[in-house]
Amino acid sequence: MTAIPVVAVGDEDGVYARPMPWLRLRPSPRLLVAGAALLVSLLMLLPLGFVAGMGVQAGWQTVLVLVVRPRVGELLVNVVALVVLTLPLATALALALAWLTERSDIPGARLWSALAVAPLAVPAFLHGYAWVSLFPSFHGLGAAVLLSVIAYAPFLYLPIAAMLRRLDPGLEDSAGSLGLPPWRVFTRVVLPQLRLAICGGALLVGLHLLAEYGLYGMLRFDTFTTAILDQYQSAFNGVAANMLAAVLVLLSLTLLGGEALLRGTARYARLGGGAPRPATRTPLGRLTHPCLAALVLLQVAALGVPGVTILRWLVAGGGAVWQAAEIGPALASTAELAILGAVTATLLSVPMAWLSVRAPSRLQRVLEASNYVVGALPGVVTALALVTLAVTALRPLYQTTFTIVLAYALMFLPRTMLSLRAGLAQAPVELEHAAASLGRSPLRAVWAVTARLAAPGAAAGLAMVALGITNELTATQMLAPIGTETLATRFWSYTGELDYASAAPYALIMVLLSIPMTWLLYVHSKRTAGR
Amino acid sequence: MSLVLRGVDKRYGAVTALDSVDLEVARGSRTAVVGPSGSGKTTLLRVVAGFDRPDDGRIVLDGTVLHDGIQHLPTHRRGVGVVMQDGALFPHLTVGENIGFGLPRETPDRARRIATLAEQVGLDASMLPRRPDALSGGQQQRVALARALARQPRLMLLDEPFSALDTALRASTRQMVADVLGAAGITTVLVTHDQAEALSFADQVAVMAGGRLLQAGTPRELYFHPRAPLVARFLGDAVILSATVADGVARCALGAVPVSDRAARGQRQIMLRPEQLVVAEGGAVRGVVEQVAFNGPFCSIALRLPAHPEPLALRQSALAPPAPGTEVGLSVQGVAHVFAAEAGAAG
Repeated sequence: MTAIPVVAVGDEDGVYARPMPWLRLRPSPRLLVAGAALLVSLLMLLPLGFVAGMGVQAGWQTVLVLVVRPRVGELLVNVVALVVLTLPLATALALALAWLTERSDIPGARLWSALAVAPLAVPAFLHGYAWVSLFPSFHGLGAAVLLSVIAYAPFLYLPIAAMLRRLDPGLEDSAGSLGLPPWRVFTRVVLPQLRLAICGGALLVGLHLLAEYGLYGMLRFDTFTTAILDQYQSAFNGVAANMLAAVLVLLSLTLLGGEALLRGTARYARLGGGAPRPATRTPLGRLTHPCLAALVLLQVAALGVPGVTILRWLVAGGGAVWQAAEIGPALASTAELAILGAVTATLLSVPMAWLSVRAPSRLQRVLEASNYVVGALPGVVTALALVTLAVTALRPLYQTTFTIVLAYALMFLPRTMLSLRAGLAQAPVELEHAAASLGRSPLRAVWAVTARLAAPGAAAGLAMVALGITNELTATQMLAPIGTETLATRFWSYTGELDYASAAPYALIMVLLSIPMTWLLYVHSKRTAGR
Repeated sequence: MSLVLRGVDKRYGAVTALDSVDLEVARGSRTAVVGPSGSGKTTLLRVVAGFDRPDDGRIVLDGTVLHDGIQHLPTHRRGVGVVMQDGALFPHLTVGENIGFGLPRETPDRARRIATLAEQVGLDASMLPRRPDALSGGQQQRVALARALARQPRLMLLDEPFSALDTALRASTRQMVADVLGAAGITTVLVTHDQAEALSFADQVAVMAGGRLLQAGTPRELYFHPRAPLVARFLGDAVILSATVADGVARCALGAVPVSDRAARGQRQIMLRPEQLVVAEGGAVRGVVEQVAFNGPFCSIALRLPAHPEPLALRQSALAPPAPGTEVGLSVQGVAHVFAAEAGAAG
């Protein structure tokens, strides 16, 4: 109850006090949450604002000199070639895998389906390490495209396979009854319905291609990200690095825009609650063995090569490479940064996730979308902005845990937000109302009901981000406090010295840590698709 | 009076959901609030529960001010039980934990109380360890009722709790709820869009439209003496005719029909329920049967009268319905209701 000015009003029930309407004070939790969400969104926009600010500060002439030069042209050719070659190949591979595992009678479909996702447990730079140490001259565009396809095709496979499972087989049956042969049914009925899954997956892969550092560093294939890091490490040239980052930002925005354009406004609404019966599987007949052989070959490349390489170096290195004095602290600081970063990202994403589920509005949607766009920018841009900001303006924050945790939080916030939002959607506000009507105060109602129901989603997001941070190389290299070595940076410095044996234990640990998360991702995609 | 609402207003942006609503609910009674969707009936329930804050007005329950602009009692201190349309059971808790949610941990004999509550609403004890999603719709509503009863609320609010159930289950669940609440003597407000449910469940029916409470009264009063044609039509099929009323008789397309209000006179609108019109050989008025629709227990007949532009709707036993095209006589049973002059004009 709040004490506010009142006027006396009479009616048939007697006189009672009524507040003057313009002085009615209402504590509005929604406003507080909206304020917090706005602050986080502004924080998210920091790297982008920074790149723009640097450009303005440097002046048009300097920007032109730094951007229009042969080096930028080379990088542009490399990156465009990488994207243009990798995306169609990865899409074709993912489509083939999805069709084989979901729609054909290939023996062991469930196993092949799990294996199709398994390369995600191997960080991209480990693929590079494995191939380069097996074939030392494995370099250049071809190598980059091959390993990119292997490492990132699962990002396309997951949504495509999930969508294939959800498609109503009735549509295909009707198309068949209208006289379309099977392959025409696939191109005219199935493929159009997969467009959203393909666009989304391809965007994700494209953004990874732009952001990846370790893989292309190993393969000595220059992209904007590797160039920015080289520039940063060799001669810290803030403006030059930032102008490369600006081009990288433009490329990322082009990908985002291109995806939006390709995706169009089409939404394929499914009628009814999911596929009423599973689709019939096409018999492969005489093609069974060739298909199996192709799958085996793919897995040899995707899992065999990294597995064999790591084992080989472990055997070669023997007990000597297991340096507890190095591995222990690396594991500890990795865990510390991963947990701090994941928790911070989760906490920062709470206000926006809450607003988007409970109080969506136009402004909120714009802010949320801007968060996703900024989160899609390569980590190197965020890291560079924070480094430059710390060096030039906030010196005490340079190379502190605070700065790197902030960088992680900004990079991974969209992922925690998605998970939290899905979690919160499990807890409709009616349940909080029910709890309140049963005597729980608002905060206790949130705790007893909403927090419990949103917890699994939040935990999944948290774990996913923690794993992302564990395998993160770019921002970690630029921002980690002096003396702090993570699994990824230790691995990176050993491979930099061509000491592949000493790097092997770190590779093994990173893969082992990634397996449960990859499994979770796989199971989750199966479950959501089954609904 | 147990629950009193005075001048309750609620707006959502430009939409007025409640427009100066006055309502009184007697202690221990059952009131049904009916109205088409968007009439404000659910909003009414939400402001009483405390889920939403009225913009103006006052709500008092058993002498306790729930809301009056100065004080606003939050939901959890109102002592009001709520059963929602889909039950709103907590999916992360078992049935037993759901029922016990509102009982403090230190409640003596907590487990036995939960078992008793379950029994009260006709739930088998074997269901207590189950998750809510393993229950049928009717069982879920029973759990929701037991959960709300556990706190011994002064007022029970039911928000279309039977609408998700199939027809047979709906009647039996409704009867169970009425029995349980009646035995406990709990004042009840039911929100529903089903007029038959409202008429059979409640001691008092309140009809809402466009955020306004049009009329509140006993089911019989509202059914036979609605204040406005809108209320009449909402509570069932109605035959509404223009008539010249004088000395307790209305002269209309049906001839001279006795009316309930002897003082009424002049050009008015009158109302009869279809079941008051009976096909009879010796009927004074004659008309031609246009359509006959078989409904099971009765058949609906559209009858064209020479002196009336639209066919009349009437109801008759389905045993021996007249054939379409035949001419039949018609007699009127009981008296016609006369709308107040301004209400008739508005309707």
